[in-house]
Formats: sequence, structure tokens, C-alpha cells
Amino acid sequence: MTPLGISHYTLTTALGAGCRAQTEALFAERSGLSDRAFESCALPTWIGEVAGLDTPLSSEYADWDCRNNRLAELGLMQDGFADAVAVARTRLGAARIGVFIGTSTSGVLQTEHAYRERGGDPECLPLWFHHRETQNSFSVADYVRLRLGLAGIAVAVSTACSSSAKVFASAQRAIAAGFCDAAVVGGIDSLCLTTLYGFNALQLLSNEPCRPGDAQRRGLSIGEAAGFALLEPDAGHALRLEGFGESSDAYHMSSPDPDGRGARDAMREALRRAGVEASAVDYINLHGTATPANDLAEDKAVCALFGHDTPCSSTKGWTGHTLGAAGIVEAGLALLCIEAGHVPRSLNTRTVDPLLRGNILRESKPLPLRRVMSNSFGFGGNNCSLLFGRAL
Amino acid sequence: MSALYVHAVGINATGLPDWARARDVLRGAATFDAVEPLPYQPALLPPNERRRTTAAVRQAFRAAEDALSTYAGPPDRLAAVFASSDADLGIINRISIALTEPARAVSPTDFHNSVHNAAAGYWSIATHSQRPSTTVCAYDASFAAGLLEAALLTGADGEDTLLVCYDVPGPPLLQAKRAFGCAASVALVLGREPMPASLARLRIVTGHAAETRFGDAALEILRRANPATRALPLLRLLAAREAGTVVLALPGNLSLAVEVSPS
Repeated sequence: MTPLGISHYTLTTALGAGCRAQTEALFAERSGLSDRAFESCALPTWIGEVAGLDTPLSSEYADWDCRNNRLAELGLMQDGFADAVAVARTRLGAARIGVFIGTSTSGVLQTEHAYRERGGDPECLPLWFHHRETQNSFSVADYVRLRLGLAGIAVAVSTACSSSAKVFASAQRAIAAGFCDAAVVGGIDSLCLTTLYGFNALQLLSNEPCRPGDAQRRGLSIGEAAGFALLEPDAGHALRLEGFGESSDAYHMSSPDPDGRGARDAMREALRRAGVEASAVDYINLHGTATPANDLAEDKAVCALFGHDTPCSSTKGWTGHTLGAAGIVEAGLALLCIEAGHVPRSLNTRTVDPLLRGNILRESKPLPLRRVMSNSFGFGGNNCSLLFGRAL
Repeated sequence: MSALYVHAVGINATGLPDWARARDVLRGAATFDAVEPLPYQPALLPPNERRRTTAAVRQAFRAAEDALSTYAGPPDRLAAVFASSDADLGIINRISIALTEPARAVSPTDFHNSVHNAAAGYWSIATHSQRPSTTVCAYDASFAAGLLEAALLTGADGEDTLLVCYDVPGPPLLQAKRAFGCAASVALVLGREPMPASLARLRIVTGHAAETRFGDAALEILRRANPATRALPLLRLLAAREAGTVVLALPGNLSLAVEVSPS
């Protein structure tokens, strides 16, 4: 494929708001995970919570007010991203910029709140609960579209934890076919009791900060995040999307194929699309959720394709697993690493599981990066790998 | 964009239990009776998965399996685009209630079925398809958004693609906030190359025209009852083997004009 330029991007995670906060935390070896309780959650778990989400949206967007859209708003305001989109809008026209937003749970926390206040006879949900503007999966895509004043095609992609990696693929196709001239891609997922208690029910939640790839790993730490990128046909942009690959496991709803065939196919397809060999990839940002099954399956897939030397790490120990936002978070971190010439270690990993054969980094280090692969795999066996590069 | 052919159609909605019947109703060879379809069990799902499926997943499978019955290609080579406004409000309801109770006992099966792409996941398992699969949402415009996504996926890589759009009414608490007039699903198999059984060639462009409505009151009510039935004006042209252009609403004031040429 023709590389697609990335003219602007921004990230807001538990590490802080904006790209600089991410980079500083990576260099300072500071995790964003904490053991403070989210709302009334009584589970002994660590979370990657974003600070500063207590302020309601402006009155114009009162119906949209919920944690998920507040997180989208906070994310849009970082790194001059909204301003950069406004400049592109003036240049290209509002109708020529598409919006592709990944989310898994959207504003379901708002629904949880509404259910606490259900009452009456017959029972009903409170008047303040606006399903369309908060709970529906499209709500956050619609919010982003309206806030940025865009009038082109707009869609939410919701494929669980690969959602905001898939948006890059959808946007690339739409631009290549001429349905838009540029695209805002992004991902937003916010903390809620549904995912905390849900992953707990599946026995996938760790009671300590997650330890991806560790022999003693006990599961996930859940985080929240918002991230965005502005994609434009390559006009000399330094950072580019060079390839992507999508596949399905066709194996199980909530467990990966133990042989990692779907994951391998997604990575192979990303390389094929970029027209490069596996050896051209300098670092792999793993999906690396720290569940026993994910890390093992992904390692098999990585080793089958890349051998045992390509440096790789999961950044979930820094941000937590941000679910529907994981794709954009790890895309953003990949881009920051390319710009900084730095690879982060697999934080919290003390002893690498001897069953894992890949080159899992236990020390962060400077490393010139020409190409970085980022993996995102979701429930339903939905896989997406992205290949980012720096123009020579 | 490149050529786009409709290889097969599937549907299930009030009065339109499958494509064979819908084709006759939509081309005017049979009358529309607003009869609720009989319950359905997906034929393609292994027993273990069938036990875990919900009404929403069964509804998605219903149209998908209907479309597959007239598609000559191998199902495991189909890429997939699933489109739904609300996927499974029944699960949202159960989990939200569980979270208000002291034990907060969320069912693990409910949780893994709660993802928007649950139907797509079950479909890939049922058909053994490891091809790309995505699931999109655009509220009432979910069918049009899914059609665009499927057209782009087909056009980009030449893969035959199954598009399934579905929604089912939620329990009363959520039906009061998000009403669907009926359960419905619509499926299309799209491809870049014509096949002997292809019904039509499509050309898709975005614009700002007003969406196509039915003159017939009963069909217009059905069209507005569910995001999936927004596809009915397109299906009418396919049923009648007529050339014409159908306009489907996209989010905002954008729309998708679908030019249909029977093949």
C-alpha cells in the first residue's frame, strides 16, 4: 500500500494528558497504575485511571455528558489536536474529513448510574439518561464529529480490544477509494463497573499491577484512555502508517487460539501490505495483556514470523489495558518511540515466562527505530496489526 | 471505486421471514402481512456456542444464513462486516441490574457476549472464516455505514464480503429509551467480480440527497422500525430486478446514493 501520512496525533492515558506526559513517564519509568478504588468497585485490583474527568461538558453538550465523552473532550484538547483538525478542515472542507472512532464500552458507565436510579411503576430509567448520546456505541464518534465540526463520513468501530487499531484500516480504505481526503482516527474507552466485574467474572483480572510476559502473571489491569491521529495521504510526513493486517481466530469468543494463528496472519498481512520482510521491523509493541493465554499465543505468533530476536514489549504495565482504546494508545506509543528513538521495557515483568521465546525487553533503552509493529487482539477472536514507520 | 456485485441477499423481519418471501412482497407479487417470524436456531453454530447465543446473535445469523443459502462461494473465504446500532440491550440490562445488587455477580457468558462484535465472533467460529471481520455502529444509519465499510473492504482487497445488519428490541427499561419496532436483520454478500447468480451491480457515492422512503405506509413503518430495515428500499430494487438509485441516510446530513444495475 501507499504509506499514509500521520500529520498529528495525541494520547491521554493514566500516564497523563498529552504526548509529553506519556514520553516523560516512559523515560522516568513511572507506571500510571494505582490501587485506588474506581467508584464503588470493591475488587482488589489496580487501574489506569485518567485524572481530570470530574468537570461536566459545556451546557451545549449537556445531553452528551458522561465519563466517556469527557475523556474524548480531554483527549481532543491535547497537543493542539483539535486546532490541527480545524486547519485541515479549512484546507480540505468539513465534508472531506472522515471520522473513525473505536470504542468497546462507550458510555455504559452512564447506563450503570441510570440503573441505580431506576424506579417507579412501571419501572423506568431516569429522565437524565440519554441513551443515544452516551450509551450507544456511536455516541463518542458522533461527539468527536460534532466537536471538530466535521461533516464527512463518520462511523464507530467496535470490535472489543482491537477497535481503535481497526480504525486505521477503515480510514485507509476510505481515503484510498476517495470517500474522504483525510481522516480523524481515534479510540476512547473509559472505566466502568461492567468491565471491572466482567473481567473479574472471567477470572482475567490481576490483583496486582499487571505483569505482561511474567512467569507469575495473573491477568489484566484495566485502564482508560483517549487518543487520536490525523491521517492524510503522504505529503512528506515523517510518520506514516505503512501497513495493516486484519484476521479472525474463528476459535473462541473470549480465549485466543492457543497457536496464535490469527495473530500471526494479521502481522504477516501488515508486512505484506507494507512490502517488507519481518527483519525490517525494529520493535513490536505487543498486545501483551498479561493473561496467561494471550501472552503465550501472541509469543508463538511473533516467534513464528520474526524469530526470537526482534525486541518486543507490552506497555500495558504503564497504561493498563485500555480495551477499545488500546489500539490507538499503542499506535501513539509506537509513534512516540519512533520519534524518541527509545523502546520501553515490559514494565512489572520480573522473570520472563520460560515458555515465552520472544525477545521481551526487561530494560528500556535507546534504539533508532525505522519501523514498529503494534498488535491489538480482541474478544470474538478479532485481530489487527499495524505497521508504523518513519520516512527516510 | 471499483465494481461491486450483490451475490446474495438474506433478510428476516416482521412479514419478511426470508429473502424468498421478501422478494415476492417487495416486487409486488405477494401482499405484506405484518406477521412475526417464528423462533429460529442458527444452523451453522456448534452446539456449545449455540447454547450461549442470545436473541441478538440469532437474529444476525438468521439473515446471514439466509443469504448464504443462495451464495455459491465457500463461506470460510468470506470477509465480514457486521453493523448494529445496539447489538444486545438484553445483556446491557442484565449486567446493569447485576451491578446494582450487593454481590455484583456479572455472568461471565453475558460479559463475553456483551461486546458489540459478539455476533461477528460467533459467525467466524461457525463458518471457520479467518478472514478480516469488523463490526460498526452508526445509530440509525448503521446499515448504510456497514454497506460503505463492506464496499470498501471488497473493493480494496477483492474479497467477497458478507454484510449483516441487525438489531433487536431491548427489555422495557431500555426499549423506553431506544425503541425498535421489531427485530430485524438484513444480509448481503458482496463481491468485486460478477458470479452467475449475481443480482445486481452497485455503484456507491456520498452526497446530500434525502433518503428514499416507501409510498406504501406499512412498508414505510417497517423501514423505520429498525436500522436493518433501512435497507428495504435497496432490497426492493434487487427484488424487482430494476435499475435505479436508492438514497440511504448516513450520520449528519450526509447520505449514501446506491445506484443499482441488475445483472
